Amino acid sequence: MAEAATVARRPAAVRLPVARIGSALGPGAALLYLCLIVGLPVAALADRAATSHFWAAVTSPQARSALQLTVEMSLATAAINVAAGVLIAWVLVRDDFPGKALLNGVIDLPFALPTIVAGLVLLSLYGPNSPVGVNVAQSRAAVLLALLFVTLPFVVRSVQPVLLALDAEVEEAGTCLGASGWQNFRMLVWPAIRAATLVGAGLAFARALGEFGSIVLISGNITFHTQVASVLISGQVESGDTSGAAAVSIVLLVLALVVLASLDLAVRRLGRRRG
Amino acid sequence: MGSRLLLRTGALGYLAVLLLGPVVMIAYRTFEHGVAPVWSALSTPTAEHAIYLSVLVTLISLPLNVVFGLVAGVAIARRRMPAGRSVNLLVNLPFAMSPVVIGLALFTLYGRGGWLGDWLSGHGIQVLFALPSLVLATTFVSLPFVVREVVPVLEEIGTDQEQAAATLGASAWTTFWRITLPALRWALAYGVVLTAARALGEFGAVSIVSGNIVGQTQTLPLLVEERFRNFDAVGAYSAGFALALISMFVVAAMTVLSRRKEH
Amino acid sequence: MSIDVMGVTKRFGEFAALRDVSVSIDRGKLTALLGPSGGGKSTLLRIIAGLETPDSGRVYIDGRDMTEVPARRRGIGFVFQHYAAFPHMTVWENVAFGLRVSRADKPTTKRRVDELLDLVHLAGLSRRYPSELSGGQRQRMALARALAVEPRLLLLDEPFGALDVKVREELRAWLRQLHEQVNATTVFVTHDQEEAMELADQVVLINAGQVEQVGPPEQLYDNPANAFVMSFLGATTRLGDVLVRPHDIEVLADPSAGTHEAMIERVLGLGFHSRIDAVLADGSTVTVQLTRAHAQQLELRVGDIVFLRQMPGTTVTPAPIPASDDQVVGR
Repeated sequence: MAEAATVARRPAAVRLPVARIGSALGPGAALLYLCLIVGLPVAALADRAATSHFWAAVTSPQARSALQLTVEMSLATAAINVAAGVLIAWVLVRDDFPGKALLNGVIDLPFALPTIVAGLVLLSLYGPNSPVGVNVAQSRAAVLLALLFVTLPFVVRSVQPVLLALDAEVEEAGTCLGASGWQNFRMLVWPAIRAATLVGAGLAFARALGEFGSIVLISGNITFHTQVASVLISGQVESGDTSGAAAVSIVLLVLALVVLASLDLAVRRLGRRRG
Repeated sequence: MGSRLLLRTGALGYLAVLLLGPVVMIAYRTFEHGVAPVWSALSTPTAEHAIYLSVLVTLISLPLNVVFGLVAGVAIARRRMPAGRSVNLLVNLPFAMSPVVIGLALFTLYGRGGWLGDWLSGHGIQVLFALPSLVLATTFVSLPFVVREVVPVLEEIGTDQEQAAATLGASAWTTFWRITLPALRWALAYGVVLTAARALGEFGAVSIVSGNIVGQTQTLPLLVEERFRNFDAVGAYSAGFALALISMFVVAAMTVLSRRKEH
Repeated sequence: MSIDVMGVTKRFGEFAALRDVSVSIDRGKLTALLGPSGGGKSTLLRIIAGLETPDSGRVYIDGRDMTEVPARRRGIGFVFQHYAAFPHMTVWENVAFGLRVSRADKPTTKRRVDELLDLVHLAGLSRRYPSELSGGQRQRMALARALAVEPRLLLLDEPFGALDVKVREELRAWLRQLHEQVNATTVFVTHDQEEAMELADQVVLINAGQVEQVGPPEQLYDNPANAFVMSFLGATTRLGDVLVRPHDIEVLADPSAGTHEAMIERVLGLGFHSRIDAVLADGSTVTVQLTRAHAQQLELRVGDIVFLRQMPGTTVTPAPIPASDDQVVGR
């Protein structure tokens, strides 16, 4: 599910021999739909943001703090996911234990669960009424927790197929040549999963940047402390400051796009090096 | 091997804290006080309307995105859609955008002073704080799934079969219905499941555009939030559990379908 | 280094790959583990390597019990059928891997790798990636890589199985040469009896998880321990209740002591030898191989009645009891 962002990449294919009268209708309608549903609203947003107050809105103390927190939390999320995601993918592919198949399925839950329910549930387990005595509500830890939950499947699902496809004999060869488990991983496995990990981490980062539903209940929305950009934007809309909200939104959007684009580039460059 | 156990413990520990614990908690917290309170919490007029609304919005946006997904998927895979890069971008934009940003974008377009907002309200059509905005928001956020599933499959199977059908005199529609669509079965099903799940669970965007008007524009996820803020724990968890239950079915469907689509 | 395997059993689920196998492999020799697919020879090799652990039994390498010792500390070199090349490393880096892992210093590594690349004739290709090499080149690289860590034991799992016939023959000859040069104890697995006969000093014939026979190739051919060994290593045909080599059968015009009566069914001229198919009284077919000249001399024709017997002093083994129930009534 968490594949790279591009939808189509190959050069022109063979054209069909039969001329179809309605053949222009399809792509035309699809394009129209796309513009109407996605393109137009985003253009309107950019337009609303492009006021003389853009920079003021984006550099206000509140906006700066929210954006900084969001970026920091998203980076931390991506980093932790790289370690945890690769570990989990490894265990799911290489290890065997009762209930593994079930666990493998459950990994997809954060994809399917509505974010507001995720937030509710995390709050019940790690909030004021925690049955295990852990209360991180209204703290940065809570934000991180929510982000880690919703981004859990990205790296795992990205790395799993690559690990599955790895030739087991390659690692056996490494072992016979004297490599320890860690050396095998570092020198033989990691180069193979590097690109997939990067893709998954990028997707996790982009998701974390905009995450709202799971954070809104547990973070307490404390300005300058636990207020992330998405919650700030929501507050700005509520108070009628739509151009301010639009300004912060555009920054967030551009950030996500830049990250995804650079990752795409990095992955392509990595792919070229391989023998 | 000692290290194998260590790795397993690490992975399982992380998952227990982050994933399994919360999953168990959903059921526990919901049924803490028995099944009856849950049932009545879901039978209030408000709840029933929220469920109805969520399902309605999903049932409208789903076919729209499926049709789009198929048409656009074919157009992209068969190179009949122009400007590949920008189409790519637009299709993947919902993944790169925060739901509140999506909500805001719609708010800007269809609200007062927006490009379409004034014109539409001038003609008596209300978008924001009404059903149309819910549909637009839900369609936006769940747009990419079917396309992204369909395109790789179409590229992989190639045009041979379709060309053969064309030479045998099949019309475009017949070819599509009898050749292309069956080949896409599982990928399409997978995409539909993801789309429906995303649509049902949408929160951020609809919270901006709906106005959260109880009994009118309050979807199930919005109901969860409101009940929580009103300290109605049982009510919130019940609604949440209903959504979570649907998610479990979604996950099961995902597992089965993903295996089928990789055939 | 000599290898002693004692009473090794290995199961994969329900399937017993090896059953109480004991075998000794001589130091410095080139030994073949020969047998049909699925017979257990690769499993045995991997147990010797330490890539699998036996369910029971011990493995001694040079007198030391290595059963519990992991593969990376056994001082072995392993070559896989499908090369197991490291795809993202160049040829040079592949060969250098073992040395880098053991943290050898750069000059030593460079010297050794260059040396080995010369030995396997890949010096000019050191900057290429494995995907840019042919199968034969990849296998030579794999060999160089295995030798880089100066293993005392070289193990090869069907090393030429994935290669074309011509390349296979070249590399076979070359492996023998290499063995003479490098002089490590070498064990290779093969299902090709010709390969084993050509290369090995010692052959271990393994079938269905058990050792059928161990010895120099000629010994297995000339003195097979049982019917399986005999039929695996060469053509056999059944004459009465023994198996005999088709070229060890005499064709006589008249009955004599120990002959079987048979009617000629087919006469085929196959280059320098002729093949005769003859049917015995019990309905079974015997294949006889004669030189062309001899066949012509006998003037054999389809339908002729002849009398067959094994030539004196030639190899026979008792024939296995047929699986189907076709015993002649009254016997």
